[in-house]
Amino acid sequence: MIKSARLNSVGVFVCHCGINIASTVDIEEVKRQLAGYPGVEFVKDYQYMCSEPGQLLFKEACRSETVGGVVVASCSPRLHETTFRRAAAEAGMNPYRVEIANIREQCSWVHHDEKEKATIKAVDIIKSVIERSKRNESLSSVSIKTVKKVLVVGAGISGMQAALNIANSGIETYLLDREPSIGGRMAQLSETFPTLDCSQCILTPRMVEVGQNKRITLMTYSEVEEVSGYVGNFKVKVRRKAAYVDWDKCTGCGLCSEKCPKKVPSEFDRSLGRRKAIYSQFPQAVPNKTVIDRESCLYFKTGKCRLCVEACPLGAIDFEQEDRIEEIEVGAIVVATGYDLYEKEKIEEYRIGYCEDVIDGLAFERLLSSSGPTQGRVLRPSDGTVPKEVVFIQCVGSRDPDHHLPYCSRICCMYTAKHAMLYKHRVPDGQPYVFYMDIRSGGKNYEEFVQRTIEEERVLYIRGRVARLYRDGKKVVVVGADTISGKKIEIRADMVVLAMAMRPSGGIGELSKKLKIQVDQNGFLSEAHPKLRPVETLTRGVFLAGCAQAPKDITDTVSQAGAAASMVLELLSNEELTHSPTTAWVDEELCAGCGQCVAQCAYGAIELDTRRKKAHVNDILCQGCGACVAACPSAAVNQRNFSISQYYSMIESIV
Amino acid sequence: MEQKEGSMDKENRAFEPKIIAFLCNWCTYAGADLAGVSRIQYPSNIRIIRLMCSGALDPTYVIKSLLEGADGVLIGGCHPGDCHYISGNFKARRRVAVLKTSLKEAGLEPERVWLRWISASEGAYFAKTVEEMVLHLKRLGPNPLNSMWAI
Ligand SMILES: Cc1cc2nc3c(=O)[nH]c(=O)nc-3n(C[C@H](O)[C@H](O)[C@H](O)COP(=O)(O)OP(=O)(O)OC[C@H]3O[C@@H](n4cnc5c(N)ncnc54)[C@H](O)[C@@H]3O)c2cc1C
Ligand code: SF4
Ligand code: FES
Repeated sequence: MIKSARLNSVGVFVCHCGINIASTVDIEEVKRQLAGYPGVEFVKDYQYMCSEPGQLLFKEACRSETVGGVVVASCSPRLHETTFRRAAAEAGMNPYRVEIANIREQCSWVHHDEKEKATIKAVDIIKSVIERSKRNESLSSVSIKTVKKVLVVGAGISGMQAALNIANSGIETYLLDREPSIGGRMAQLSETFPTLDCSQCILTPRMVEVGQNKRITLMTYSEVEEVSGYVGNFKVKVRRKAAYVDWDKCTGCGLCSEKCPKKVPSEFDRSLGRRKAIYSQFPQAVPNKTVIDRESCLYFKTGKCRLCVEACPLGAIDFEQEDRIEEIEVGAIVVATGYDLYEKEKIEEYRIGYCEDVIDGLAFERLLSSSGPTQGRVLRPSDGTVPKEVVFIQCVGSRDPDHHLPYCSRICCMYTAKHAMLYKHRVPDGQPYVFYMDIRSGGKNYEEFVQRTIEEERVLYIRGRVARLYRDGKKVVVVGADTISGKKIEIRADMVVLAMAMRPSGGIGELSKKLKIQVDQNGFLSEAHPKLRPVETLTRGVFLAGCAQAPKDITDTVSQAGAAASMVLELLSNEELTHSPTTAWVDEELCAGCGQCVAQCAYGAIELDTRRKKAHVNDILCQGCGACVAACPSAAVNQRNFSISQYYSMIESIV
Repeated sequence: MEQKEGSMDKENRAFEPKIIAFLCNWCTYAGADLAGVSRIQYPSNIRIIRLMCSGALDPTYVIKSLLEGADGVLIGGCHPGDCHYISGNFKARRRVAVLKTSLKEAGLEPERVWLRWISASEGAYFAKTVEEMVLHLKRLGPNPLNSMWAI
């Protein structure tokens, strides 16, 4: 490429930057000092190197001179490194052989009154960069072909939204959920704050849209088994769990469930209702297919029954079915695995008060839901009577770093206000009480919503923590303190609703390990940067959305899912991805296989081949930070064009 | 070695310490650029070497600088939590702490090595840090290794 160039020789351009550099640094003196410096082939100066004529001069030298590299002494590399490297490439020189010496921001501009010293410093700066440049390698950026397909893990509202946005942009999308149906938690909700839209009414059309989208392949009742590869080329093994029903035949008619004699508590109804051993998750399920819960099924337990087989007109029941592993290839992955509630059993101080009438927020949603176990009537689970006094307790498990979880679950203030309001709508002569620490209602129309609950619905808000619960006959006595009046409060409640803290979905730990992404101290998925890269993870090509990242409401969930989708589209809009080649590499001769570098890399880019006892850097995952280079006790790891010997020679040249 | 300002002799006042700085590309190097853009003047005793991240600082770079005769070494990185590569600055902090103990054992003042978190917006703080470091090193006197070689 470079005609008979001596690779360790360099040409130097010194820029005047008008008078910005030249009025402080004596350019002639610099040229004199550098003229005989080892390896320097020529030193030229020019008024403005970044101008058209300056660039022409530079390109001409790259083309014709017999140098291995060029140093431009000018402004900060943060400004024009790209400019000069691009120009070099156009002139046929490897761009990674161009280096910038910063003699403006870090010299002439900060030493106005010390012209002589500034000149000496400028010479030093240039010398050190010459030393680095002499040892630079020609590099070319790593490029990777991308698979234009996407996997979305978790099909709650966030996963559905991301999948729709991506698929509607023309990209094949797999939408995976471990449950039989898509929809997630939103499918369990009754009405949603702050507008009180019926959740099913806004969700169901979306679910249908997802189900009918030609570019979305649903993989429900499935789990991520194994992930390999990297951005643009992930290979994912998906476990398609055996439903014991042939979904190609099943139409979801429900005759099997009708005939099934075995009833168990329904997870979807938070155990307030029951389902059969063969069941569809909920009436609006997408896909509308049934599954057999092997643990409860009489046939699997006793070898007898098979009533569903008789009931099914299509012969879809298949007790012989087994889990299948399906392998898919995708270019990007969105993780949208949502949340669970903190278990109420963990709240020791309330335990003796627990009975069927002490329930969590999601269970109360099921009571309020018109498609729920009570068709939307608020009834006590214990005896089916209408509760006349209901206590709602906020922040249960949240904001309690000493005993439970340190963070605020962010939406419990809002849904508790909603619960109290909806309760009043259902039971106008009932009295709701809310125990709160303080009200966090930041969100459009949120504060107004809470105010409406307090003023119009006459909900009694009591500021204070509940110390304990105990049972007294059919009542649950709530003992707390009103921190405003300082009085002790006891309420004999018919029902207690606990606004349990939100936690990341169970299994997020294993999933994050498979995906090589990080979780934060509370187990939620970590974003790459809390402000500027909120939907990326540190693993390139893996994005996140919804409550898997942190507790949030539907509005924020949907916005975040859209953002994740747009990041995916940006990534896959290129046929090939390019990646900076200034990556780390391991000199196998020196590598002792100690593995220290592996732990240093925040990106999981280094693997230790335990059999050969050699570390290996994955070029595509490496972000070029150099942490592993500094950590290696055998100096076996080096970073291209940021090598240890380059640093040593730079140090020698300036001390 | 333990001179106070008052007792600084003539020779020391004339002494111009040489500082090598290893600055991370994303924060402190950018902070130094900002000092320039803001035309904040500071002593010219410093020579800056750019690292991609303070976590790339091999302690031997510091040792080598001191052995070659630098009077002080400044390491600059992003504030905790702000490292472009997540946790490089914590790695740097650990390494520098270990390094300082070994310097002490080798009879070299650990205070010749400064580690500072300076963000891209802290141009003035960068300039002030250089000023302070120059002053501190003037008080401390030249790198003893230098005079040893000079004999
Ligand atoms: C009591 C209560 C009331 C609420 N009321 C409102 C309201 O009125 N208004 C409002 O805006 N918000 C409300 N919310 C919040 C709302 O539920 C969430 O914002 C929303 O459901 C988050 O959607 P998501 O897709 O992030 O998560 P989810 O709905 O939790 O969906 C996650 C999906 O991922 C699947 N999944 C999980 N882990 C895996 C895995 N490892 N592999 C495969 N699949 C997996 C799950 O099966 C699930 O389908 C309420 C929350 C609660 C607790
Ligand atoms: S340079 Fe940084 S990103 Fe690359 S392998 Fe080493 S530690 Fe990982
Ligand atoms: S990038 Fe600045 S310390 Fe890591």
